Amino acid sequence: MSEMRYEAPKTLAAAVALLSGAGGSARILAGGTDLLIQMRAGRIEPTLLVDIKGIAEVTSIVADGDGYRLGAAVTLMQLTEHEAFAREWPGLIDGVKFIGSIQVKGRATLGGNLCNASPAADGVPALIAADAVASIIGPAGRRQVPVAEIATGPGRNSLAIGEIVTALLLPRRPARSGDAYLRFTPRTEMDIAVVGAAVNLALDEQGFCRQARVALGAVASRALLVPEAAAALIGTRGDAAALAHLADAARAASRPIDDKRGTRQFRLRIVGVMAQRAAEIALDRARRKA
Amino acid sequence: MTKHHVSATVNGDAVEFLCDSQETLLEVLRDELRLNGTKEGCGTGDCGACSVMLDGRLVCSCLVLGVEAEGRSIETIEGMAVGRELHVLQRKFLEHAALQCGICTPGILIAARALLERKPDPTEAEVRCGLAGNLCRCTGYHKIVEAVLDAAREMRGQG
Amino acid sequence: MSTQPRYQERELKVVGTRPLRPDGVDKVTGRARYGADISLPGQLIGKVLRSPHAHARIKSIDTSLAAALPGVKAIVTRDDFADMPEEYAAAGELTINFRDVTRNMMAREKVLYDGHPLAAVAATSESIAREALKLIRVEYEILPHVIDVIAAMQPDAPLLHEEQYTVGVNPRPARPSNLAKRLEFKLGDVEAGFSRAELIIEREFNTKPVHQGYIEPQACLASYTEDGQAELWTSTQGHFVFRAQCAKLLQMEISKIRVTPTEIGGGFGGKNNIYNEPLAIALSKKSHRPVKMVMTREEVFRATGPTSGGNVKVKLGATRAGRITAATAELSFQAGAFPGSSVAPASMCAFTRYDIPNVRVVGHDVTVNRPKVAAYRAPGAPIAAFAVESVIDEMAKKLGIDPIEFRLRNAAKEGTQTYYGPKLGAIGYIQTLEAARAHPHYSAPLGPDQGRGVATGFWFNIGNETTAALNINEDGTVALMMGTIDVAGGSRAAMAMMVAEELGIPVDRVRPHIGDTSSLGFNFITAGSRGTFAGGMACVVAAREAIEKLRSRAAGIRDVPLEAVVWKDGHACPAEDGARQFAPLSLADIARLAGKTGGPISGHAELNVQGAGPGFGAHIVDVEVDRQTGSIKILRYTAVQDVGRAIHPAYVEGQLQGGVVQGIGWALNEEYVYDADGILANPGFLDYRVPVASDLPFIDTFIVEVPNPNHPYGVRGCGEVPIIAPLAAIANAVENALGIRFCDLPLSPPKVLQGMDEAAAGGD
Repeated sequence: MSEMRYEAPKTLAAAVALLSGAGGSARILAGGTDLLIQMRAGRIEPTLLVDIKGIAEVTSIVADGDGYRLGAAVTLMQLTEHEAFAREWPGLIDGVKFIGSIQVKGRATLGGNLCNASPAADGVPALIAADAVASIIGPAGRRQVPVAEIATGPGRNSLAIGEIVTALLLPRRPARSGDAYLRFTPRTEMDIAVVGAAVNLALDEQGFCRQARVALGAVASRALLVPEAAAALIGTRGDAAALAHLADAARAASRPIDDKRGTRQFRLRIVGVMAQRAAEIALDRARRKA
Repeated sequence: MTKHHVSATVNGDAVEFLCDSQETLLEVLRDELRLNGTKEGCGTGDCGACSVMLDGRLVCSCLVLGVEAEGRSIETIEGMAVGRELHVLQRKFLEHAALQCGICTPGILIAARALLERKPDPTEAEVRCGLAGNLCRCTGYHKIVEAVLDAAREMRGQG
Repeated sequence: MSTQPRYQERELKVVGTRPLRPDGVDKVTGRARYGADISLPGQLIGKVLRSPHAHARIKSIDTSLAAALPGVKAIVTRDDFADMPEEYAAAGELTINFRDVTRNMMAREKVLYDGHPLAAVAATSESIAREALKLIRVEYEILPHVIDVIAAMQPDAPLLHEEQYTVGVNPRPARPSNLAKRLEFKLGDVEAGFSRAELIIEREFNTKPVHQGYIEPQACLASYTEDGQAELWTSTQGHFVFRAQCAKLLQMEISKIRVTPTEIGGGFGGKNNIYNEPLAIALSKKSHRPVKMVMTREEVFRATGPTSGGNVKVKLGATRAGRITAATAELSFQAGAFPGSSVAPASMCAFTRYDIPNVRVVGHDVTVNRPKVAAYRAPGAPIAAFAVESVIDEMAKKLGIDPIEFRLRNAAKEGTQTYYGPKLGAIGYIQTLEAARAHPHYSAPLGPDQGRGVATGFWFNIGNETTAALNINEDGTVALMMGTIDVAGGSRAAMAMMVAEELGIPVDRVRPHIGDTSSLGFNFITAGSRGTFAGGMACVVAAREAIEKLRSRAAGIRDVPLEAVVWKDGHACPAEDGARQFAPLSLADIARLAGKTGGPISGHAELNVQGAGPGFGAHIVDVEVDRQTGSIKILRYTAVQDVGRAIHPAYVEGQLQGGVVQGIGWALNEEYVYDADGILANPGFLDYRVPVASDLPFIDTFIVEVPNPNHPYGVRGCGEVPIIAPLAAIANAVENALGIRFCDLPLSPPKVLQGMDEAAAGGD
């Protein structure tokens, strides 16, 4: 029978050493809400679990002049309870709140949601729309990459053996900015997104959209940044025509598949609706910050 | 296989147990500590029957490893009543007929208590969202929601 | 033998009140013991190897590597069980055939569905048992499979059973097929009836299989001793029937098996059937150790009975005046891998809410490569009602008649001839419809994109074999032993209440308990909403027998003739005529003296209870449709039902609310999804979407009480009716909101959007 070791290092250096030493057969244990299910189903049989929750750097939320630094192993409940952060990034919190039940959020982490690389991960589109950066440590030292480059396909990520995402870095926000994430699911809670859409934007003093980023989930092999959809908003006040263009651009960029959770046709049909509704919420939030 | 020796607190009592690396907290509670009140409905975090508090956080014990409990505090349904005194939620569940088969009840009570600690005066919608992680197939949730709202009223001193 | 007492109008002190349930405190404190909570010293853990294929011939099974794994103590396969000839028995509302039961328990010639058991291992730990399963080598010859019921009925469909010739067709077909059985019910002359119709509507409907979705997976523990005795603890709706089936499959005498039912964590028909129980006994016999077997949620979905998916064709004819002249239906139900779907009760329920002179219903029981279906709350009736109540709604609309009024004009009543046999007795359908029409919900205003739907349901309810024993304790309290499982609707509370009412004592002096199979005579499964009806009958009969003994003891103590003693308010009192006066004796007084007056006092009942009263429900639902996503929200729901008499109204409400919500899940989101290889794609609560609390509003209930004349308190039974109407009520509400009639379930958002697209394109 396969032996599995469990280690809970206190430093990142120790964690990296453990992971590197095990080659590819080790797994990082953060919240474990995906990992334990995969292990129980026999889909993965790691030889080593490296529990990183005992490492202070990955379990803290820090705000400084550059923005927010979210430890990758901060639980989603901790994140939703951080009032200042929730005010600054309500769209990210929209996504976080959709992930599983309160019970799951009590364990699950944003780093895990990102690295697990589900195309339907609810936390990821808003991170991409926010232009968040993943801070990574590994055998070769530290590096930073845009979150959009972490997932490479369903269940696959770009991390090298021994690498750990330690934090997600969110930039400071300009005035009159707002973000939102919406998803479609058959039930009100507990489902996996059939389609997700995140919009992050900033308005000028006249209410024209100056910056925007739009990201979509569950419509391709990984979450997509859709510059064409953002372009539909920039320079407009978010009028009906702009929103219609946004919806068209979202549909055009989507490359969904048929699966048990939804058909390609249905996803194409509602991705525009979700993007449009998310944009409306983001616009509203930005206007309120005027 | 080498087992881990884990020390933790369960319902206020110091406990020690041995577990494999793979063993979940749910398995430890049920099989090692013989606390059978916590139930397994799915093993994948989708039904909430195994809900417990871990250092004050509501979690599914099927998604926590036993070894992760080292040095932590766990609260289960067995610790909800104090002596002969049922918790208000337990009493309201009985009075409102908010349970039928009862297999989901321990998890729902734990989740409801956690909800009322965060939100002492929840709306119906907040109760429904707060319990969305706990499946009940018998009751249609109607009497559960009523019982939680009534318990909240009493706990706020408006009984 | 005493005849069964009939309904008597009387003043009630306990019945109709809402005491706390006797099983309640254990359930809110975590003490209640369910299937997986029972353990024995030295127990092994049993796990089952299941087919990864939808349909394959088993060429060989090699367990030698698994048997050599340290910690493995026993392995069983098909070779450990005797083959069984065709032999039928009743199990709940459905009939079983032991030839099939043994093959469903453990595949013999072929595996017939993803999840079909092939071998079982008992080992010293679960992880060793799982490891051993991986070491069992099975050689398969993979065969083409068929999942869809209509596809399975085609002549070139992959054939599950080579010797299956359709029953009910004359002459016998020349070739075997997946059509296991054809049944037909006829009344009057449908051709003549349709010729008198001024409007005829014909529609075809489809539903997907849905699972009972009980939260407690099946779990059992077996201990077999060297002298050939077996003890079994299991979560079941019918421990006596489980005992009989285990005895048959294992070729044991019934007396050598004792089954103790654990607390049951939901069943809804899904725990009417044995799965792991005989395997656990066989493994225990082989290993000489107790063996515990607990299913995973994935196993529950892959291998325990969902209900049928069905195809239903309905034709209805009516006059302009709103009188139905003729109706036909053809129901084709998936049985799963073995014959025995719920098509028979579904066929019998299809039109049995209406007084229709000319009816023909044809049912098809069809084998497909899915798990063998099990009963699910009013088995089959929701599928039939979805079709018929949708057509009724359309007919009312086309005739310009209010849908409740249309139903009232055609409503079944006492004396209505059913097309399946009996005339209906005293029923409350009309009262139920009138209560629904008068309910404020029915006339409340609706907003944009909202719609209201109505539908009704009928269920027979049943009685069957039932026993009870009531022992008067030395202090005058009562130990009540029942043999019919309380599937958690609260029948223990209801039984205690009826006994307390009879004896004239407070309900908390009666402690109800479900006995094991050696403590009482045979009881049928808790199915057909029989628990409170039949169980109540047995408890009342037992209580009255005890009262006779109490009167007799009192007569002896006071030295008066028996006729001079009446039982009143918990006391033996002088008869009203006043001929013989004496100081009344309380139950406790008589109990205390029982040893000196003839010994302990008890009452028994061993009955085959007859005279179940059919139940009817009328549901009103409001929905709101998101026209951009196709999402349906349930805004308001009211369930009206004739329950005969609500012994404990809160538990009756709970039955209605729970049944409605299961129906909502069936209507909106629940379905079995199979991939192209016939493998179940959603065997978990993440993607098999039962309703969560935030999906729902409060479910209003309105209880109608038209007493069943065949029960001392008028009980009909109430658990199954509430799941029947929601499917059609919701579809009718969506039609009301969008003007589009949906005939396929679930009403999932893609389907609703597609329907809107087709309607916009000028479709039907």
